[in-house]
Amino acid sequence: MNAPPDESLALYVHWPFCVSKCPYCDFNSHVRAHIDEPAWRDALLADLAAEHQVTGPRRVHSIFFGGGTPSLMAPATVGAILSAAARLWSVDEGCEITLEANPSSVEAARFAGFAAAGVNRVSLGLQALDDAALKVLGRPHDVATGLAALDVAQAHFPRVSFDLIYDRPGHTVAAWEAELTRALAFGTEHLSLYQLTIEAGTRFAVEHAAGRLRTPDAETSADLFDLTQAMTEAAGLPAYETSNHGLPSRHNLSYWTYADYVGVGPGAHGRRGGVATVRHRKPENWLAAMAAGDGIVETQALPPATRATEALLMGLRLTEGIDRAVFAQRTGVALADAVDGAAVARLADLGLIEDDAAGLRLTRAGRPLVNAVLREIA
Amino acid sequence: MTAPLDKIRNFSIIAHIDHGKSTLADRLIQHTGGLTAREMSEQVLDNMEIERERGITIKAQTVRLDYKGHVLNLMDTPGHVDFAYEVSRSLAACEGALLVVDAAQGVEAQTLANVYQSIEHDHEIIPVINKVDLPAAEPERVKQQIEDIIGISTEHAVLASAKSGLGIEAVLDAIVALIPPPKGDATAPLKAMLVDSWYDPYLGVVILVRVIDGSLRKGQEITFMAQGTKHLVDRVGCFRPKIEQLDALGPGEIGFITAQIKEVAQTNVGDTITDTKKPTTTALPGFKTVQPVVFCGLFPTDAADFEKLRDSLGKLRLNDASFSFETESSAALGFGFRCGFLGLLHLEIIQERLTREYDLDLITTAPSVVYKLLLRDGTSKELHNPADMPDPSTIELIEEPWIEATIFVPDEYLGSLLKLCQDRRGIQKNLTYVGGRAQIVYELPLNEVVFDFYDRLKSISRGYASFDYHQIGHREGDLVKMTIMVNSEVVDALSMIVHRDAAEARGRHMCERMKDLIPRHLFKIPVQAAIGGKVIARETIAAMRKDVTAKCYGGDISRKKKLLDKQKEGKKRMRQYGNVDIPQEAFIAALRMGDAN
Repeated sequence: MNAPPDESLALYVHWPFCVSKCPYCDFNSHVRAHIDEPAWRDALLADLAAEHQVTGPRRVHSIFFGGGTPSLMAPATVGAILSAAARLWSVDEGCEITLEANPSSVEAARFAGFAAAGVNRVSLGLQALDDAALKVLGRPHDVATGLAALDVAQAHFPRVSFDLIYDRPGHTVAAWEAELTRALAFGTEHLSLYQLTIEAGTRFAVEHAAGRLRTPDAETSADLFDLTQAMTEAAGLPAYETSNHGLPSRHNLSYWTYADYVGVGPGAHGRRGGVATVRHRKPENWLAAMAAGDGIVETQALPPATRATEALLMGLRLTEGIDRAVFAQRTGVALADAVDGAAVARLADLGLIEDDAAGLRLTRAGRPLVNAVLREIA
Repeated sequence: MTAPLDKIRNFSIIAHIDHGKSTLADRLIQHTGGLTAREMSEQVLDNMEIERERGITIKAQTVRLDYKGHVLNLMDTPGHVDFAYEVSRSLAACEGALLVVDAAQGVEAQTLANVYQSIEHDHEIIPVINKVDLPAAEPERVKQQIEDIIGISTEHAVLASAKSGLGIEAVLDAIVALIPPPKGDATAPLKAMLVDSWYDPYLGVVILVRVIDGSLRKGQEITFMAQGTKHLVDRVGCFRPKIEQLDALGPGEIGFITAQIKEVAQTNVGDTITDTKKPTTTALPGFKTVQPVVFCGLFPTDAADFEKLRDSLGKLRLNDASFSFETESSAALGFGFRCGFLGLLHLEIIQERLTREYDLDLITTAPSVVYKLLLRDGTSKELHNPADMPDPSTIELIEEPWIEATIFVPDEYLGSLLKLCQDRRGIQKNLTYVGGRAQIVYELPLNEVVFDFYDRLKSISRGYASFDYHQIGHREGDLVKMTIMVNSEVVDALSMIVHRDAAEARGRHMCERMKDLIPRHLFKIPVQAAIGGKVIARETIAAMRKDVTAKCYGGDISRKKKLLDKQKEGKKRMRQYGNVDIPQEAFIAALRMGDAN
């Protein structure tokens, strides 16, 4: 059973280029000396058109420019993509249009242009409010530059969010408390607060394996997580997802509620009509494939059981949990059939999960344990 | 045509591991022309991969050498105490022995045990001081040691270097001159000893024999007197070391026969072989069936390998009737086998062969010894598995096997070694000094030795201590069954029988180990050691606090799903007890007591 065609779509556009590669990042990002922007723009437009061929006429409720660093795009490129999307699909009035941005002065200078092109939400990669930490994270900006960019963003966009990475090497509860207190005072509607994860294939993974990079121990890490929950709740920006706080991003909610999304650009993933799509990861390969007619490297019809597991592992990250009716509609599997009932009952007894007529959700105690819970019930 | 008695010399070689026994044997073979240099591979006699690696002989081997008109039969005996009975039969087939001692290392405990056995058989013993060309060689000191410790004359000792070929001729001459020829009566009814046997994929079971009286020939119908079975001899021969078929073996000769026998279990070492039609009236003395003394459970890591394990054990038993196995089931480990062994080395060898030759992943439970229980109802029973321990209220008394251990240790490690023996409930019987080394004799309960005594001994002495033991019977002991409970459920594979005084320390150690080995769960887990219903040690594994992927967007959900699938697969490979997943490494590591006590 596929999602009904009258449900609206989320649209993801991947811009794979960065000025430099951060040592913790395992996203599909690449550093290139020269970028022929018109060629990439045309390819992205062609990719959108190709997706439209598959989805047909649908409403679009959110558009997200991710990367890489999409704030390195010319505002005109962003504008061209948004115009194309509006021509191809029926873009909702008030559609959430987010662009990820680096907080450098060069990029801040383009914010007015992005706003004029139609971007109404920006997600700023501040990452830390500590110069030494920014250095460790390999970020090219310092705190002062980052906060200046935040000012510019708040002046131009109605909705602003920023990212911080915590649980960093040497991070203490006291330092994070001070840093988060400061972050909450900027008055943004949304915050993404990620614990540092050592991802395979990154420079951090190498340093970590060699013992040169030491992350806080499990107890400190848990303390930091708990502190984050308490402080954001007190500030009126409680977690609605594992690492996301405040007024939810409509776009990201699409992922977590397993709604249909279209992904274009190098390495972008999509889920639409029960089909998973993967595009060529290396930018040049994707570009060449687009020239030959199609950037897709893999298309796979997902069986209901796979869709159910995916929906489960995304949905339990949300504070509100999984809605029984939406789950069944989007996966073709009843929620009760997608989980090990005995395990759910056992975890409910431990106070980690709630299972009722509305759906399934983790408790405050269960949320930091979502992976372990999934191992038990999925 | 058989060799005349006065031209035969039967001898064995006694040596500690690494003192050069196999190299010497190889040189003797080479010198007498048994193999060309091209055919010589290092250590011809140790056939099995494990034998070569460990430098020990598991099965007796024999080789016939021709030297200056004489027939010399070299018997290579199993070099380890676990195979003491096989050693004694091999020695019984000879009239003399070469005592090989490393000119730098001197006499070791294991050498001592075998040389005493050889003396008991009234053997002529020729000392061979080997490796005399090493810079550290002290042949005169070693000679003195042999006279002092062993008490045999070194007047005819030969100085040799098997590696360089030095003194080989002198060794051969000494064998002819000093070792007495065998006695026997060619006209008497056949009487031969079954020295050893092994399974050969082409020949079936090959039986190594020493003829005492009469002769063994092809086509003869023979009887195994103890076993009471009859067989038709279809091959007679000897090893040079290549097989050479003969018409017959006469008195005093050592060789082999085959008789279409399928399993070595049908051939008991020490049995008397006679002619069915014209049998001897008196069997050879000293026959006994060997009993396993150390038991443990072997379980396949992958439950699907159970049948493969059964087949593999069956195949190994074709060649080694001295270990036993029967099916066992454990809630933790599933289906496996309770296996009995002659000793710890024997256990390790079988376990290693299963892993290596049969490609099996195994979990080995704690080794246990055989306890004798006297029950209140007057009956008695033998206990091979702690899991089978009856209700303590029905037990009148428990007896455990004891050993007498002889240990050689350099002076500087003596103190730590005495402490180890005391900690293991040892009773000191003797303490003497020879040169810079102490020889200590202790009586020890075998169950204290099967754990990790040997590893501890080696680590305390930096590898310099040597150790040998023999069993001295059962004695009453204050023994209790200790169980380990995880989340209030007994983990059967971790049950053990311990002395009451040691129970608390060992229980605490086991709980600490399990606490480190069991990953945190979503709930806190008590780990307890108990005797009967009484908890004697306890640790708690705290509940997991955080296990979360920070960043998870639409991007690549399939990658997250693969990760989850992989983790669930890993979870399946763990054993569940009271909702607690115990990784298999935990069982293995917990039972390897390491630095316990």
